[in-house]
Amino acid sequence: MTDARLQWRKFVSNFMLTMTGLCALVSVSALFFILGYLLFNGGTSINWAFFTQLPKPVGETGGGMANAIVGSGKLLLAASAFGVPIGFLGGIYLAEFSGGFVAAIVRYAADLLNGVPSIVIGIFAYSVVVLPFKHFSTLAGAFALGLMMIPITLRSTEEFLKAVPSNLREGAMALGASKSKTISTVIVPAAYRGILTAILLALARVAGETAPLLFTAFGNRFWTNGWTTPTASLPVMIFTYAVSPYDDWHRQAWAAGLVLLGLILIINILARTILSRGIAVPRS
Amino acid sequence: MTGSRSFLARLREGDEIARLVTFLFAASVVLITILLVYELWVNSALPRHKFGFHFFVTSVWDPILDQFGALPFIYGTVVTSAVALLIAVPLGIGAAIFLAELAPPRISDTLQFFIDLLAAVPSVIYGLLGVFIIVPLMRTVIAPTLIKTLGFLPIFRGPSYGVGFFTAGIVMAIMVIPYIISVSREVLLSVPRDQREAALALGSTRWESTWKVVVPFAKTGIMGSIFLAMARALGETMAVTMVIGNSPKIAASLFAPGYSIAAVIANEFTEATGDLYLQSLVYLGLVLFLLTFLLNGMARLLILATTQKGSKVTA
Repeated sequence: MTDARLQWRKFVSNFMLTMTGLCALVSVSALFFILGYLLFNGGTSINWAFFTQLPKPVGETGGGMANAIVGSGKLLLAASAFGVPIGFLGGIYLAEFSGGFVAAIVRYAADLLNGVPSIVIGIFAYSVVVLPFKHFSTLAGAFALGLMMIPITLRSTEEFLKAVPSNLREGAMALGASKSKTISTVIVPAAYRGILTAILLALARVAGETAPLLFTAFGNRFWTNGWTTPTASLPVMIFTYAVSPYDDWHRQAWAAGLVLLGLILIINILARTILSRGIAVPRS
Repeated sequence: MTGSRSFLARLREGDEIARLVTFLFAASVVLITILLVYELWVNSALPRHKFGFHFFVTSVWDPILDQFGALPFIYGTVVTSAVALLIAVPLGIGAAIFLAELAPPRISDTLQFFIDLLAAVPSVIYGLLGVFIIVPLMRTVIAPTLIKTLGFLPIFRGPSYGVGFFTAGIVMAIMVIPYIISVSREVLLSVPRDQREAALALGSTRWESTWKVVVPFAKTGIMGSIFLAMARALGETMAVTMVIGNSPKIAASLFAPGYSIAAVIANEFTEATGDLYLQSLVYLGLVLFLLTFLLNGMARLLILATTQKGSKVTA
């Protein structure tokens, strides 16, 4: 009697634990499923022209996305130039200078900003950059992407600076270094690997963002000169090509998807394994 | 006296300048956030005054007649998020239990690494796979099977075009699972060890100690991870836009094409002519912002409550 009951409990235990393992397997296999499909469909459609040519006019097959690749690069460059300094220096203030109250407000604002849906960031960038200049531009897109980099950079800079052992700080102070000298020559160098990892992860995250670019960077089927005109970008190209009715565009959407995902995963893997060896990477 | 001298000394060494400069950058984060809320508020003034509360309960969206009601979009967002959570919550929590309780640390960390990579896959890639794999699969396999077996329920009735609420929900589910797993795993790991050991010592099986002791201990934190996933799902734009069908209708069938708040902003913002039309879309953005703001805030409180409970018991 009790034996049967025990058998049953053991069976339930083993069954449910197997089920949880199955859940984990299904979730992780989604990644390999995605990768496999992209490699298969993208790998067969990718070619040299994809990297070197402009998009062909509608109706003609062939062509590539050279302008979108360069456009994405420019957007990310400008976004980093805007988002990283604010996040980095703001993070130094939080970790080294601030009292409790101001820090709490800044942290709260950063967390709030981090949770804003990307499409709403797009609306914001539209109303403060696109409307005053009266046209879509690389800068507007970069503003939107940079905004999304700020909270990640800020919070992780703060965390990594705070994780620097206090005897390093005290040692520098004891030698007579000023606070700013201590920060710039001792504390930041000690934490730079963690901070760099976080910045790379932030970059990888915004590299695939599409929604904030739809009405800021817009799109362009030609080369973009300078920073104040609409520009093509890989994510937006994937979107437009995937929902189009042309087979050749679908093919190119797969190729672009493969390039984009490959880039993002490589940055992620590099940042998480090589750069951050021995450092706990905070999750955004 | 010494105060002013040391102040001058510090000024000379650059401390005060460094403090001021970094303060300005930190303050700009606060200013940007305030500006964001302000812009959303000011730029949605027209529909707020013209339609008031009717905006949320009427379902006519007609730019030509200047009639804007957001009900179909709110309905679509709610239904797709609900479908997504119904799929993602059991799967995600199950996987988190496996990672936190059962798997050896090495395997758990490796799997968590893959989960982190999954979270890094951009939304538009999910949309791409959704359009070319899940939509055809839905039209030819999933929907016909469900209609045949569960067709007596109104939600599984009607023709399937492949795109629709259900497809969007599935794609969204795959996207939010990594968030549920990561946060739930962390919360489960913060449950003190002696809780498990006490349950095992009293003769419970491994599953009983997990399900009746560890999970209840971590309950609020797991709820937090669900709120977090909900906030992500509500704001999810690209993948949903690509597979929901983009038709502003309210239908009982999950296979019917619909629309969501984020999708309508993405599709119509650049084409919106006239202030009222554009501002109605900004108004939708404001609604989305407030919803995610509330959900994120609640999630943070719940997660904090659980992890602190864990450290208090250990201490």
